[in-house]
Amino acid sequence: MATTESISSADLSEQLTPENGSKISCRGVWKLFGDDAEGFLADYSGAPSTEAIQRAGLIGAVRDASFDVGDGEIFVIMGLSGSGKSTLVRCMSRLIEPTAGEVIFDNRNLLEASERELTEIRRHKMGMVFQHFALLPHLSVLGNVAFPLQVQGVERSKREARALEVIELVGLKGRERYYPRELSGGQQQRVGIARSLAVEPDIWLLDEPFSALDPLIRREMQDEFLRLQNMLHKTIVFITHDFDEAIRLADRIAIMKDGEIIQIGAPEALVLNPASDYVAEFTRDIPRAKVLTTGAIMEPLQNRESLRGRVSMHSKIAEVSEQVVAADGDVAVVDDDGNMVGRLSRDTVLAVLVGKSASS
Amino acid sequence: MSTVLASKEALAGKRSHPWLVAWTAGLVTTVLLYAFRDYWPWAWQYPREWNVPLRFWVSDFMSWLVNEFDLGLFTFKELTRSLSWLLHWPLAAAQSLLSAGFGIELSEDEMLRLPRLSWLGIVALAVILGHLARNWGLAALTGSCFLYLALFGQWDSAMVTLSSIIIAVPIGVTAGLLVGIWGFRSARVEAIITPVLDLMQTVPVFAYLVPVLFLFGFGPVAAMIATIIYATPPMVRCTMLSLKLVPTETVEFGRMAGCTRRQLLWRVQIPSARPTLMVGVNQVIMLSLNMVIIASMIGAGGLGFDVLSSLKRLQFGQGVEAGLAITLLAIALDRLSQAFANQPPPEHREQPTSWLKRHPHLGIALAVILVTTGLGVFVDALRSLPENLTLTTGPFWNDVVSWVNVNFFDELDAVKSWLLLNFLIPVKRFLLQLPWVAVTGLVALAGYQLGGWRLALVSASLALFIAVTGNWEKSMISIYLCGISVLFAAAIGIPIGIWAALNNRVHRVVQNIIDTLQTLPSFVYLIPVVMLFRVGDFSAMIAIVAYAVVPAIRYTDHGIRQVPPDLIEASRAMGCSRLQLLRRVQLPMAMPEIMLGINQTIMMALAMLVITALVGTRDLGQEVYIALTKADTGRGVVAGVCVAFIAIIADRLIGAWARKKKRELGLA
Ligand SMILES: Nc1ncnc2c1ncn2[C@@H]1O[C@H](COP(=O)(O)OP(=O)(O)OP(=O)(O)O)[C@@H](O)[C@H]1O
Ligand SMILES: [Mg+2]
Repeated sequence: MATTESISSADLSEQLTPENGSKISCRGVWKLFGDDAEGFLADYSGAPSTEAIQRAGLIGAVRDASFDVGDGEIFVIMGLSGSGKSTLVRCMSRLIEPTAGEVIFDNRNLLEASERELTEIRRHKMGMVFQHFALLPHLSVLGNVAFPLQVQGVERSKREARALEVIELVGLKGRERYYPRELSGGQQQRVGIARSLAVEPDIWLLDEPFSALDPLIRREMQDEFLRLQNMLHKTIVFITHDFDEAIRLADRIAIMKDGEIIQIGAPEALVLNPASDYVAEFTRDIPRAKVLTTGAIMEPLQNRESLRGRVSMHSKIAEVSEQVVAADGDVAVVDDDGNMVGRLSRDTVLAVLVGKSASS
Repeated sequence: MSTVLASKEALAGKRSHPWLVAWTAGLVTTVLLYAFRDYWPWAWQYPREWNVPLRFWVSDFMSWLVNEFDLGLFTFKELTRSLSWLLHWPLAAAQSLLSAGFGIELSEDEMLRLPRLSWLGIVALAVILGHLARNWGLAALTGSCFLYLALFGQWDSAMVTLSSIIIAVPIGVTAGLLVGIWGFRSARVEAIITPVLDLMQTVPVFAYLVPVLFLFGFGPVAAMIATIIYATPPMVRCTMLSLKLVPTETVEFGRMAGCTRRQLLWRVQIPSARPTLMVGVNQVIMLSLNMVIIASMIGAGGLGFDVLSSLKRLQFGQGVEAGLAITLLAIALDRLSQAFANQPPPEHREQPTSWLKRHPHLGIALAVILVTTGLGVFVDALRSLPENLTLTTGPFWNDVVSWVNVNFFDELDAVKSWLLLNFLIPVKRFLLQLPWVAVTGLVALAGYQLGGWRLALVSASLALFIAVTGNWEKSMISIYLCGISVLFAAAIGIPIGIWAALNNRVHRVVQNIIDTLQTLPSFVYLIPVVMLFRVGDFSAMIAIVAYAVVPAIRYTDHGIRQVPPDLIEASRAMGCSRLQLLRRVQLPMAMPEIMLGINQTIMMALAMLVITALVGTRDLGQEVYIALTKADTGRGVVAGVCVAFIAIIADRLIGAWARKKKRELGLA
């Protein structure tokens, strides 16, 4: 379609590296489940094919994953059930020992850390939130949130003061003495979130934190999550199988299929340039207008005089559609400094609105 | 057994032909071996000269262990002695506290006598615990159970029994927990522990007593050691299982929080595993109680001793009273521990400031115990209930027995004789005439058909062990008694189970009854049986049926209830009548579950069989019992292992069948 031809592939080139320096990176991470997976991988000099893995009776849960997550970035990993998301995120904290590869965290390879160093890193630098909350049933909200501090040996008054702080932060003030089974699912996950934040981690891992919740609550929790992130600016790896959720939250998305990362990019890039049918399948039901920015679909400037009004190149189509459709001519697209960089026609916007695929 | 064989053909379906040939060949061989028994006598009755003197080897080994084995720093004997000495202290303390009172020597002729805890205080404690664990209902139940003990003059014996339990249970639970943790952490350890646990749980109770008697002598400490060994295996199993059941995410959370291995275990895994662990604790309590009663044979004293001695002297009244005391003690302990096990996770409540308000139960309990016991120093009636206040139903029960015997002796005797002559004795004769080679071969064939070569090999070698150690004949008598009892138990239990499955009201009533039956220590079943039928195979059979019928009922009920409702609706829609529904849909679908129930019935029957040696059977159980009276370790252990092997053969064959069937029905 005409709308996409104008986009140079360079603009949407796979954004492998984040803008502001990477906090945690994976380099060629493999995880094969089965007997003697390491020997097997060595036999194939580190790059076996899908068939070879199957023939050997192994499960290729993560295959050759490489990416960087930038400081303060929300990096979403998504894929269908069984595609290896949980395994990958657990490889990053070494809850699961990767079969091969490197996980670089603060400029050092985590896979070379000793058991003791790893414990220290987990105690002070990593926080994790789980799909089924994983709260300890015998501890109160306060006890659960203070637990990570307790195992570090922080004294009682100090850890409880800190726990109360984060409990208030997630909006559970007044429920400190409740026990998990007295709370709703959403509240339980708030405890899970508070608990993972109690130690002020640098990196925050969330494995489908909202998947077990009702859609309405899920929405509310996503907003809550964004509110927290605006205050805290953590580096985040967020797992989900819900593309809507990914788009709402992500700076960048990595799509996994059968253990492989098949595309990494900003939400917009995935929608416009899906690397395969598999990716296109995810993006198909997504209202394009909410993903695409004017900058991504604008056409080159031709006749400056005929332009009516101006819109920012970072606005989503949905936000400006009324203005463009109502205008009696094309609208100018401007960058942050107010320079005109392109034009947007009514037809282009209507095409996006009625959901014609921008990429096919 | 015959059910297994018959249904196998149905199971094999189209491929039934080769199996039919194999089984026909097997049966023909059996007949031939019997017909030519004069030519090949060795294939018919196992020749004595071929016996492997395993039991003497075991005895010799034990003697060597006790007399000569030196561990370097100390001898084995010193080890057992110091273990006894170590365990003697807590047991003595508990017995002083609950039953004898303390006597502290101050000087030559001065003794400071401290009273035992007042009975009134302990009854009150039972009430408080009942309330703490659940509600006033349970409090009333536990309170009245303990009140019975006091009112009916069973207090002293009951407290002796209770003191063994309160020492044995914590030791058993701790040991089981630690071994279970070890097995959970190391796959290799688990691989070793599991078969040992299997064996420990199928070896009959008496078989434990023999080596313990040999190593630790006669007395309460030896009895308690046997109790601990017997009661610990389920705790090990529950620990391994419960730790495995802790959700992966919970463990992952613990690791992410930076727990060390120890923190992870004690702060995350064990607390999360609490519910299943408490099931283990309940089992340890119930098995301890069961064993403490039986261990009265090697000097445990208490209620078990009362029952045993009154049975020996045919004083039924006292036997019934003591038996009832055991029963009520069992019910109270069972319900209490179950209530503690099933307590929901905690809820928040206001934290009161005063200590008493935070721990009201503990406070009141301490106060009541201290006050009643303290007053007991001055008021005799608080130490033990005065004779003239206690009741006795002994004469009443004696009268009942006399009355039954006077009025129904002929009828009872007629039933007994008829069954013996027409059923029990012919079956026994038949089994004893079977050529041992053929039986071993048929067991192997069944094993092969149900589970392949491995199972065939295992079953045949276990059967061979029985023959080779010279226990074939006694085993056949055991199988006969057990088989007939299981048949009766199934004939009674399955219909009741079906009825309970189809009718909710019946279900509730039956459930209550079998729950209670299951808490009774096996010993108790002997009392009414001996009262009515005296000793012999027939009495043994009745006791076994009564003891073993529970799983037949429970599994049938459960099996039918678990048939998928949509299947039933579909059949209804096709116009099945209720009877057709039951016969064509529910029963076939429930069959694997029912067979597992029968399997359990066989296990329980074998366990009981050994205890019925007390009422004069002539089987493996008697062999163990004789070994016990003679402290002949080898004989007792080998016969005990034979019982275990019979159980294991039955268990593996039926288990294999049920799994196969379940797969076919798509239930697994
Ligand atoms: N411990 C294990 N042993 C063997 N295979 C495993 C193990 N854990 C995961 N797998 C397999 O690895 C693959 C990836 O699993 P993973 O749990 O990472 O998927 P996922 O993307 O998180 O799926 P979901 O959305 O269902 O959580 C699956 O095929 C799974 O069966
Ligand atoms: Mg997952």
